[in-house]
Formats: sequence, structure tokens, C-alpha cells
Amino acid sequence: MKDTAQVVEFIPRLRRYARALVGERTAADDLVQDTLERALNKFHLWKRGTDLRAWLFTVMHNVHVNQIRGRRELVALDEEALEVPVRATHEVALEARDLERALMRLPAEQREVLLLVVLEDMSYEEAAATLGIPIGTVMSRLSRAREKLRMLVEGLPGSGRLQVIK
Amino acid sequence: MSELPITEADLHALVDGYLPEGRRTEVEAYLAERPEEASRVAAYRAHRAQMRDHYAAVLAEPVPERLAQAARPRARLRGVAAACAWLSVGIVLGAAGGWQLHAWRPSVPPQAESPALVKRAAVAHAVYAPEVRHPVEVGADQEAHLAAWLSKRLGAQVRPAHLDAVGLSLVGGRLLPGDTGPVAQFMYESPQRGRVTLYVRVRGPDQRETAFRYSQEGSVRVFYWIDRGFGYAVSSADLGKDDLLKIANAVYAQLNP
Repeated sequence: MKDTAQVVEFIPRLRRYARALVGERTAADDLVQDTLERALNKFHLWKRGTDLRAWLFTVMHNVHVNQIRGRRELVALDEEALEVPVRATHEVALEARDLERALMRLPAEQREVLLLVVLEDMSYEEAAATLGIPIGTVMSRLSRAREKLRMLVEGLPGSGRLQVIK
Repeated sequence: MSELPITEADLHALVDGYLPEGRRTEVEAYLAERPEEASRVAAYRAHRAQMRDHYAAVLAEPVPERLAQAARPRARLRGVAAACAWLSVGIVLGAAGGWQLHAWRPSVPPQAESPALVKRAAVAHAVYAPEVRHPVEVGADQEAHLAAWLSKRLGAQVRPAHLDAVGLSLVGGRLLPGDTGPVAQFMYESPQRGRVTLYVRVRGPDQRETAFRYSQEGSVRVFYWIDRGFGYAVSSADLGKDDLLKIANAVYAQLNP
């Protein structure tokens, strides 16, 4: 069996990650498609015997970064437009929609780390290798991502909500 | 108590389940005295669980054809363009007729598509069988509780089969969303045979009893059958068809004494 056939097995996981990273279904699948096409074109760069999953997520990371670069202004506008509803109480539980919205308000680089750790069960070392950043950066991004998510949910100061409502 | 101060990294490692036993106890003791820090960690934990729950549904979605195609090498693209997405390429080799389990043979023409039961069972296997830290919600050490809890949620008596006779020990089980309501997944393992899951659902759309049927969903092999209103699926990514059939037989024999 050709190694490329193994790529197929990771499609559901790539889709899950992309959905949480990008938010909207079609845009997320576009990211997966670009990732798969690039991965197959560059398959000779994958070192046989190394973790194929990590390599595919690295490819997706690179594709995503390029996409963001290509439409920086749009991303900034989107961030402004996303309003997180005010919550009366300090609830720990999120509604599904609040969860998605809150996630989308995190800076992309923090969201990536959080999603690799939480959804993909990557160790901090694996996340660092996948994203090509030092482990200390993984820890600080993870910490900031979780704290911002909590503030968004609980409506605490620092969530940025006050700046959005003008 | 060790001398090491508790750091922010420790709190995250606690949330993500990476702390070794001793350190975990220390961090938990630290939190017990600091309600604000404890509630912060509780929120992180809740959000972690909710994110996993929420996005798990994406794994169960059929893979869109354009993505299945994008994963195929170009040279082969044209020839198989009409083929369906990999998830629906279930090679169903059902057994003909009745409950002659030992007369199993691939005599029925392959069906175009395998039932939702099989897909869901295969996806659930693919998601949870590789799980290192949280393979089950309730472990085998609480088997009575596991059976009582799942029976209550499914609204019918369910219990895990014991498969020690075929070399598999029970790991535990979990509750999952099915097509029409809650379903149960029991997990078994052995060092030689890897992990095997038993998926049980009640009141499915199709209540007709069937003989054992076989399907392959991606890398997961599944034997499934419907019996007295219950749908069962036994899945493995490691075992061959013959070995898996022996296990399916053992499950059937246990549940129909």
C-alpha cells in the first residue's frame, strides 16, 4: 500500500481541527482540501517512519498562516464584528454557540495551540514541534488562550467586550 | 511534599492530564487552599470537556467527496472519480439466513452502503480506541455502576459481555450519542489483540433481526447484528476478520445464554 493512502485516515481529524480553527464549515473544508492537496504534492518531504499526523497538522498550519496573511484586513474586521453575549452569572458552562464564538475571538496562534492540545491530545512537546515554536511559547499561548476563553465566557474585564460595544 | 513551587504550567498539565500521580496530589492540595485558582482550573477543565464534546460530531460526519478526492494521488484520480467517499465504501459481506452462526460465509452480494449503526460504531471505535488517557468514562473496576448507568440512560438492560475466554479484558464503557438517542460503547483490550469495542444501541430504525454481517469502514473492521431490538457492532482496527468473528460469536453467546 502506498503511504499516501494513510493520509485518508486523518481527514476526519483534520476536519475537526479546521472546523474549530476556522469556524465556518465550508471555509474549514476549504482549508482541509488545500492542506490535502499540498500534502500530496509535497509528500516526498514527509520522512517515512515519523509521525504522519503531526506532519499533516504542520502542513495545515502553514496553509492557514498563508491564508490569514492573504486577508489580514478581513480577519481584523471579523474580530470586531464578533460580539460575545453578556452573561449574567459567572457560569462555567458554555452554550455551544458561545463556545464557538469565544474560540473565534482568540488570536489564531493561541487557538491553534489550544486546539492541538485539547482536540488532538497532543503533548506540549508535540504541539511545539507541529507548530515549529519553542515549548515555552506553547505554554504561554495555552495559558493566555484559556484565560481569555474563561474571561469571554464569564464576562470578566479584559475580555475585550467593552471595546467592541461602542 | 516536594520543594518545587506550583507553576502555571502545572495547572495546565493538571487540566490536560499530564501530571504524574505524586505531583497531581501536590497540585490538588495547593488548589484546595486557593478557591479562586481552583475555580479557574475548574473552568479550564469544563471548557476542555465541552470543546471535545462539541467538535466530536465533526468526526462522525461523512467525508465530503471533494476531500476524499484531494487525498488521492493524481494518477489514480480519473479512474476512481465516480467512487464514493471512503466512509461509504463499506464492503458488506453479510451472512445468509438465520442464526447459523458457524455457517458464516460471504454469500450475500455486497451492499452499496452499510447501515448507520456500522458507521457510527466504526467512527466511535476510531475515535476512542486510540485514546491513551480517557478511553472510557467508567472503568471496569466499577462494572456494576457502569451497567446500571448505561441501562438507565438507554432505557433497557445492557451489560458488558465478559470476553476473557477469547483473551480480552474489559476496560470499561461510555455513553455516546446515536442516531435516535443514547448508545453504549464497551471497550476491551489485550496486549496481543489491541483494543476491541462493542457498540450497543436500542430501538434502532431497523428492528429486523439479522445474522452476523461484516463491514470494513476505513481501517476498522466490524461485525454487526440486530437481535431482539438491540443493535450490536464489534469493531477492531487490529484483528483480522476471522479473529473478529470469534469475538462476535463470544459476545453473542454471552448475551443470549
